[in-house]
Amino acid sequence: MRKFDRYVRRKLLSHIIAVLTGLCVIAVLYPLVSIVYESFVLGGGVLFQAQFLTTQAPNGCSVIACKTVGIGPAVQGTLIVVGLAAGISVPVGVLAAIFASEYRVRGLGRAVSFTADVLTGVPSIIMGAFIYGYFVIYDPQIALSFYTGALALSAIMIPIVVRTTEEALRVVPNSVREAAMALGISKWKATLRIVLVASLPGVATGVLLAVMRAAGEAAPLLFTLGYSTLWFTSLSHPGANLPILIYTFALSEYSNQVKVAWGATLFLLILILVVNVVSRLMIHRMRVRMGGL
Amino acid sequence: MFFGLVTAVGLSVIGLAVAIVVIIVYGSRYSFQAFGFSFLWGTVWSPTTDVFGVVFAVVGTLVTSAIALLIAVPLALGSAIYLTTHAPPWLRGPAGTAVELLAAVPSVIYGLWGIYVVHPYMATTIEPGLKEYLGFTGLFDGTPIGLDVLTASVVLAIMIIPTICAISRDTLAAVPQAQKEAALSLGATDWETTRVAMIPYARSGIVGGIILGLGRALGETMAVTMLIGNVDRIPTSLLSGGQTIASLIATELLSNSGPLQESAILEAGLILLVIALTVNVIARLLVWRVLKGGGGGIVE
Repeated sequence: MRKFDRYVRRKLLSHIIAVLTGLCVIAVLYPLVSIVYESFVLGGGVLFQAQFLTTQAPNGCSVIACKTVGIGPAVQGTLIVVGLAAGISVPVGVLAAIFASEYRVRGLGRAVSFTADVLTGVPSIIMGAFIYGYFVIYDPQIALSFYTGALALSAIMIPIVVRTTEEALRVVPNSVREAAMALGISKWKATLRIVLVASLPGVATGVLLAVMRAAGEAAPLLFTLGYSTLWFTSLSHPGANLPILIYTFALSEYSNQVKVAWGATLFLLILILVVNVVSRLMIHRMRVRMGGL
Repeated sequence: MFFGLVTAVGLSVIGLAVAIVVIIVYGSRYSFQAFGFSFLWGTVWSPTTDVFGVVFAVVGTLVTSAIALLIAVPLALGSAIYLTTHAPPWLRGPAGTAVELLAAVPSVIYGLWGIYVVHPYMATTIEPGLKEYLGFTGLFDGTPIGLDVLTASVVLAIMIIPTICAISRDTLAAVPQAQKEAALSLGATDWETTRVAMIPYARSGIVGGIILGLGRALGETMAVTMLIGNVDRIPTSLLSGGQTIASLIATELLSNSGPLQESAILEAGLILLVIALTVNVIARLLVWRVLKGGGGGIVE
C-alpha cells in the first residue's frame, strides 16, 4: 500500500511538472501574440492605407481626424543603408568564413571563427559608438551619414555572415571536395564553384538573417545614420530609417505620429515573418539536397 | 592569390575586433586623464560642472540584468523542458519556431510595445500590488509610474527568454537517447528522467545559454532606453527611474555638451564592452563544449 502511494506521488509530480512547464510555454509565447495583435489593431489601419509606403512622415498633430501620412523616406533610407551594409558585409563575411573553414592554417581559422562568435555578442550600440568615435575625430563632416550608418551595420552583420556561412560550408560533405580535387581542379575554383555553390541555400539564409537583424537595428544608427524625415538626397547626409522613426514617434505626444510608429512596426513584423518562413524553407531544401549526396 | 585574399579578409575580422577596442579606448582618453579610476565609483554625473562618475549606470545595468535573469531563467528552462520532454510531437516544431520569432523581433518594437502595453499594466496593477504586499522590504518605495527599473527589467526578461530557451532546448535535445532510456528502464517518470538523466548531461550548455542571455541583457539598448525613465542617478528602489550604460550612451552621446562628456560616455562604453566580452567568452566556451562548435541554434 505504501509502495503504491509513493508511485502515485511520483507520477503525480511528473504530471504537475508537465502542466507547469506547459504554462511556461504559454507565458513565454504570450508577448509574441500580444505584440502581433496590438500592431494589427493600432497599426493595421494606417499600414493598409494607400500611400502609407510612399509618402513622408507627418508633422505632429493631435486632432483625432488629422491626416496620417506615411513612412516612405524611412523605407527608402532603410533599404539604402541596409543595402550598402550588405554590400560590404556579404563579401567580407563569406571570404572570412571560407578562410576559417576551407583553409586550415594552423590555429588561425579557429581564431577567426571564435572572434566572429564573440563579436556577435558585442552590444550593437558599442558598434555604433565605435564608428562614431572614429569619424568624429577623423572625418566629422560625414560622422552622421549613410556611410557611417552602413559601416556600423556591417560591423554587426559581418560576424553573423561569417558564422552562418561557416556552418553552411561545414554541411558540404568532404567527398565533394575530394571529388573536385581528384579531377585536378584548383583549390580556389573548387571552393568557389563547387563547395560554395553547394552550400548556397545555407549562405543565403545567413545573409537574410543578418539583413533582417540590420533592418531592425536602431541603437547603432542613433549617432551614425542620424535622424531625418526627408527623402534621400546624398550618401553623405543623415537619413531616415524605420527603427529610428519608431523610436522617435513612440514617445510623441501627437496621436498621428504614434499611429505611424505602429504602422511601421506592423510593416517590419510582417517582413520579419516572411523572411523567417523563407529562410526555413531554404534550410529545409538544403538538408534535402545534402541528404541526396 | 585567392588564398592571399581569403587570408587577408579572414584576418580583417580579427582586425575589426582589435579596432573596436582601440578606438573606444582612444575616445575615452580625456575622461581617463580627468578622473582616472575614480570614474568607476564616482556617483556624480553632472554635464553642467563637467564631473562624471559612472557608478549609477553600472548599477542600473547590473540590477536590470539580474532581475531580468530572475524572471527569465525559470520560464525559459520550463519551456525548454516542456518542448523536449512533455510536448506532443505536433506542437514541438511550431512552438520552437514561435520562440525563435520572438528572438527576431527588433528591440525598438519591444520598446514601443512596452510603452503602450506593459507600462500601463505595470503602473495601474502590478506595481501598486507589489507596493501593498511587499512594500515593507523597501524595494518598492516611490510612486508607481511604470517607467522605471522594474518595467525595463520585465521587458528585458521577455527579450532574453528566447536566447536561453532555444539554447537550453538544443542542449537538452542533444542528450543521447540511450541516456534517457537507461533512466526510463529503471522505472523513472518523465520528470525524474529529465532531472536525473538530462539536466546533468546538458548542464554546461544550459549555463552557457543563461550567460549568453545575460550578455544580451547587459547590452540591450532601445527597449531599455524607452522604459527605464533615463534618470542619471543610482536608482533608490525598483520603482524609481534609472539608466543603464547602454541607455546612457543612447541618450547622451549626441547631446553635444563638450568633449569631456563625450569621452566619459565612450569610457562608459568601454566598461560595457569589457563586461559583455567577458560574459560572452565564458558563454561561448561553455556552449562550444557541449554543441561541439555549433552556434547554439540561434544567431543574434
